Amino acid sequence: MADPMRIRAQSSGDKATVRVLMSHEMESGQRKDASGKTVPAWFIQEVTAKHNGKDVFSAEWGPAVSKNPFLQFAVKGAKAGDKIAVTWKDNKGDTRTDEATVS
Amino acid sequence: MQNRRETLKQSAVVAGLLATAGFPQFAYAAFNKAAFDAKSVQDSAKAAGATSIAESKDVTITGPDIAENGAVVPLGASTALAGVKHLMIMVEKNPSSLVAMFHVTDAVEANFSTRAKMGQSSDVYAVAIMNDGKALWAKKEVKVTLGGCGG
Repeated sequence: MADPMRIRAQSSGDKATVRVLMSHEMESGQRKDASGKTVPAWFIQEVTAKHNGKDVFSAEWGPAVSKNPFLQFAVKGAKAGDKIAVTWKDNKGDTRTDEATVS
Repeated sequence: MQNRRETLKQSAVVAGLLATAGFPQFAYAAFNKAAFDAKSVQDSAKAAGATSIAESKDVTITGPDIAENGAVVPLGASTALAGVKHLMIMVEKNPSSLVAMFHVTDAVEANFSTRAKMGQSSDVYAVAIMNDGKALWAKKEVKVTLGGCGG
């Protein structure tokens, strides 16, 4: 299991800005190791977010997203105290969900 | 010597193995592999469902003019238009240009940012795919002093 994500959700007006830092290798599949073999790609493919249990955000990523990816998006109508849950799934089938409270 | 029945049985076993263990990418039907495999900006936009492509002032791409480290280039895409289905970030000169595709819903603003790897200085694109299949794009040049794809 991968390390937890760091999620910060801050409300401003009628929306909440969510910033997420995930911990993932994001291997591009372009690099070669010391013996000249290509390192297989290993990256987050799908990211989804839920606001109080309702799906609000989804994205598909390629291997060109940086190592330990950062993501920012804004959820309309989220107030302080609401729950934002973020889930990622990588191309090896590994998945992780973390939750944060809007402040 | 194998007869036909045994050969067929073995093929079925191999196919089953491929589907379960060998190739986890087949497990995600939702993942738009064609768009991520496409080499050029136009090709990935088409794979994502775009029918016509035009430049637009209503789509914005944010990023640095000069990125010192190509492994971490902060890029953002946003638009004020209504009726956007997908918002994509692309780097033209990467091995495959599509970096990320965000699905816009009513509950989130069409304004996303993330960090991307860039192999070399290149134009970066924000492409908005509208509900009617039109693709609108904006571009910006980012100079990279140190490439980020290793090698």
